[in-house]
Amino acid sequence: MCRLAAITSFEYFSPIENIMALETMKEGHDGSGMGLILKRLGGEFEDLKDYPILSGICSKDGMKTLDDYMNKLGFKLKYTWTPKIRTVRGITGRDHYFARVYDYPDVYKDRAWGDKEDLLLKTRLALRKFGEGDESIIVFSFYPDILTLKEVGDPLQLAEFFGLDKSPLKAKIIFAQGRQNTNYAINMYACHPFFIQGYGSMTNGENTAFVPIREFLMSRNFPGYIGYNSDSEVFCHILHYTCKQLAYPLTYYKDVITPLKQSEIDKRTDSEVARLLKISLRPLCIDGPNCVIAFTPDGTCLMVQDAKKLRPGIVGGMKGKYGFMSEECGLDSVIPERDKSQDVFPMKYDMVIVKPDAQEVMVWNQLHG
Amino acid sequence: MEPASRLDHNHELSVKDLPYIVRWRDDRCKRCGRCTAVCPMLSIEPTVVVKRVLQSEGVTPEPKAARAVTTMVKQTTNIERYCIGCGTCTLVCPNEAIEPEYNPQHKFNFHKNKGGHPYRRGGRRNDPNPSTLDRLRFTRISMLTDPALDAGRHEFRIRTYLGRILPAEELPLKMIDGKLAADKTSGKFIPPVREIYPVMIGSMSIGALSPTMWEGLAMGITYLNEVEGMPVVMCSGEGGMPQRLLKSRFIKYFIPQIASGYFGWDEIVRTLPHMIEDPCAIEIKYGQGAKPGDGGLLMAHKVLKLISEIRGVPMGVDLPSPPTHQTKYSIEESVAKMIQSMSMAWGFRVPVYPKISGTRTAKAVLNNLVRNQYAAALSIDGEDGGTGAAYNVSMDTMGHPIASNIRECYLDLVKYGKQNELPLIAAGGIGKKGNLAANAAALFMLGASAVSIGKYIMQAAAACYGDEMNRCNVCNLGKCPRGITTQDPKLYRRLDPDVVAERVVEVYKSLDVELKKIFAPMGRSMELPIGMSDGISTDDHAIAERLQINYVC
Repeated sequence: MCRLAAITSFEYFSPIENIMALETMKEGHDGSGMGLILKRLGGEFEDLKDYPILSGICSKDGMKTLDDYMNKLGFKLKYTWTPKIRTVRGITGRDHYFARVYDYPDVYKDRAWGDKEDLLLKTRLALRKFGEGDESIIVFSFYPDILTLKEVGDPLQLAEFFGLDKSPLKAKIIFAQGRQNTNYAINMYACHPFFIQGYGSMTNGENTAFVPIREFLMSRNFPGYIGYNSDSEVFCHILHYTCKQLAYPLTYYKDVITPLKQSEIDKRTDSEVARLLKISLRPLCIDGPNCVIAFTPDGTCLMVQDAKKLRPGIVGGMKGKYGFMSEECGLDSVIPERDKSQDVFPMKYDMVIVKPDAQEVMVWNQLHG
Repeated sequence: MEPASRLDHNHELSVKDLPYIVRWRDDRCKRCGRCTAVCPMLSIEPTVVVKRVLQSEGVTPEPKAARAVTTMVKQTTNIERYCIGCGTCTLVCPNEAIEPEYNPQHKFNFHKNKGGHPYRRGGRRNDPNPSTLDRLRFTRISMLTDPALDAGRHEFRIRTYLGRILPAEELPLKMIDGKLAADKTSGKFIPPVREIYPVMIGSMSIGALSPTMWEGLAMGITYLNEVEGMPVVMCSGEGGMPQRLLKSRFIKYFIPQIASGYFGWDEIVRTLPHMIEDPCAIEIKYGQGAKPGDGGLLMAHKVLKLISEIRGVPMGVDLPSPPTHQTKYSIEESVAKMIQSMSMAWGFRVPVYPKISGTRTAKAVLNNLVRNQYAAALSIDGEDGGTGAAYNVSMDTMGHPIASNIRECYLDLVKYGKQNELPLIAAGGIGKKGNLAANAAALFMLGASAVSIGKYIMQAAAACYGDEMNRCNVCNLGKCPRGITTQDPKLYRRLDPDVVAERVVEVYKSLDVELKKIFAPMGRSMELPIGMSDGISTDDHAIAERLQINYVC
C-alpha cells in the first residue's frame, strides 16, 4: 500500500517536509517511486501564477520535439525551472527534468479561461502521445500554478537526487506519494498524484471497480479521460467529472463514489437528488479499499474513505497548517506541536475538508448532507 | 402375398428405440399397481403373462416344469405413450422395483412424428453440455494488495435498477444555497426506476404453470419482499393475472407481461381503475429464447376453467400467440408505440421494457431502444431458456446463446457511453447446471444489469423432473407428474404451494449468500459488478476472445 503525505499551509514550505513525512512511513512504501505536486507555488514561481507550467521529463530528442511543437502552437517560453540533479546511487537519471513556464499563443491571449484550459489539455495530451512509444516525452501537467515531479526510487534519495533539500522551491499545497509498486513494470504515468484541469488526487489501495469506472469515464467523450496506467487515476477524473463537468458542489463527490443506502438517503434533506445521482452515476461507485486525498482548483484539500473504511488516513494540524497523511507518524513528523486530540480519522461517511490557507478543518458527514 | 410384418412385429418399435427403458424387477415387485396408476404417459401397464416355472417340491425334490399365469409390469412401445423417464414410478414404488433408465442409443427423433405432426414438447434445449456461462471462472481475487471482504460480516448491497436511467448531464438539477435540488420547473421527464434484486423470476404464465405452482412462487416472492427485505420480482408471463392480485398492494412485486396474443389483457385493462398500487414494470414479449421467432402456445389440454376465465377465452381450445404482434408492422410501430402506449396506461409511472429472444440482430433492437426515452430496459432470452410448449426443432436448433449476445450489446452501449442508461436483462440457461449464483454473477460481469430465471426455480422449488436428456419435458400436455405445469386438479393438488413458497425463499436466501461469496473475494460489495470483465476468465481461447475477457489455463 502506498503512503501519502499532503500538506496545506498558510505559509510557503518546502516539499522536503512531505518527503520527511514519507520517510517516517517508510515501511509502507518500497522505494519504487515518488510523485510530487506543488500548488500555490512560491519562490521563483510566485510572479508567474497566470502562466501555465509544463512539468515533465524528456530525452534529448524528446526535448527537441517538444520545443518544435510548442513553437508551432505559438507558446512562448517565459521561464524554465530544472532541479539541480545530484548523482545518487540507485537512481537512474534521465536527460531533462523540467517545469517550463509558457505564455499563451497570441491568438489565445484574450480568449476565455475555458478555451485556454482546453488548449492546455489538448497540448499536454498531444505531447504525451508523441512520447508514448519511446518515453522520449513524459508530461505530467500543463496548468498554471501546478508543478509536478515524479521519478522511480526511494523518496529520500530522490529528494537528494533532485536537490530538494537545498532548493528554494516552495509552495502552500504539496502532495507527495511514496509508491508501493504493485505493477511490476514501473510506468511513470502510473505514479500518483494525478492531475487534470485543476483537480489532483492521490490514493492508496486497489480499486476493484476499476474496469467499469474506466469504461464509463472513457465513454464520456472528454479527451482528458485517458491513460489509466494506474487504477487510481480514475479517482482524480471522477472528481473532475463531478465538480467541473457536472458542476456539482464538492461534497457530492462523496455521494458519487460511495453512495448511501436508500434508507440513509431518505433522511437527507436533498434525498431526491442523492437518489438520482446514485442511480445515474452508478458505474462510478468505488468499492475500495481506498483512501483518497485530493485538491480542487481553488486549493481546497480533502480526504475521503471507501464505504468500508479499509485504508488508514489521518488529518490533523493547527491553524495555518494541516496535514493529510496515511499514518499518524507522518503527521507527527510535519506538525509535532499540534493538539493530537483534534486529529481526525475520517470514517465511512466523512469528507474532511481544509480550505485554502489552512485555517480550520471541517468534517462533512454524508448522512446529514 | 401377405406381408410377414404382422407375425414378426416388424413395423413396431422396440424399447431400444425409445429414450427411456423401464427396468422392472419381478423379484421385488409386490404388484401393488402404484406405478402403473401414477404413470403420466401410461407407458407402463399391468399385464398378464403365462410363464414357464421350474418348481422343486416334495420329500425328494425334483425340478418340474409348470405353466403359471402371473402379472407383470410392461413398458409399451407405442410412441404416443413413450416413457418420458420422469421416474414417478420409482417415487411411488414401495420396494424399489422399478426405474426408467436413459437409453443413449434411442431413435426417438426418427419416429416421433406420427400423423405428420412434428414432435412438440415443453422444457428446454436437449443439450446436456456445459454452457459458456459454466466455463467462466472468477479469477480476480483480492489478495494482500487489497483485502478481500467478509461475506458474512461486511455490508453488501446486491441490488440493481429496472428502468431507464437518465445520464447525469440530463438530470433536472439546480443549485440552492450550495446544495443541489431537483428542478421541478424544468418539465423534464424523469423515467421511473425500480430498485430490485438482480435475479428476477422470468415470465411463466398462469396456464403454463399450474395454479398451485404460480401461487407458490407468488407467495415466495411476497415473503421475500415483505419479510426478508429482498426486493425480488416476478414476471407474469402472457395470460394475465388473478384479479385478486391485480387489485392488491402486492402487485408491486410483479411484472405483468403483454405478448402477441394479448391474452388476459382485457381483464387487466378493466382492473386498472381499481388497482391501488402500480406493478413493478410491464414486459412486452417479442420473443422467447427457447423458440425464437415462434409465438406462445398453450395447448388445449391446459385451457380449463380457471385459465379460460383469466385469459377471457373458451375452454379446451389451443391458444397459439402469433410470432409477432400482428397489428404492428415495423420496429417503430411494435416497439416505440407499444412501449409508449403501455407507459401511458400507467401514467408514465411504470417502467416498460421489451423482451426479445437472443439473436444476432439484438444490437439493432438495442440501438432503437437507446433512442426511445420510454424504453426501460432490454431483456434478452438466450437459447437455453425454457418453454411450456414448442416444436422440438425450434427448441433444439433455433436460438442464440446468451453470453456473447449480452456481451456485445453491453460493449455497444459502452461505445456510446450509454451502459448505465438502458439496463440489460439476461435470461436463458442461467443455473442450467445448478450454478445459479455463478452464472448470474458472470452475466453481471459481462454487462447484464439483472438476470431472469425460470427452469432453475421450477427445479429448485418444485423438483421439476426435466433435464437436458429429454427427461419428462411434457409441460405441453398438461400431464406434469409434479403438478407444476398442469391444469388437472388431480395432478396439481400434488403440489403444496406453501412448500413451493418456502423453497423459493430458501433458494433466494442461499443465492444471496453465494453471490456474496463470489463478490467478497473480488472486493465488490456496494454496487453490482456490472461490466467488471477483469473479474472473469475462461480456459477456452475462443470464448475469451469473443467475450473480451482473460484467457487462463
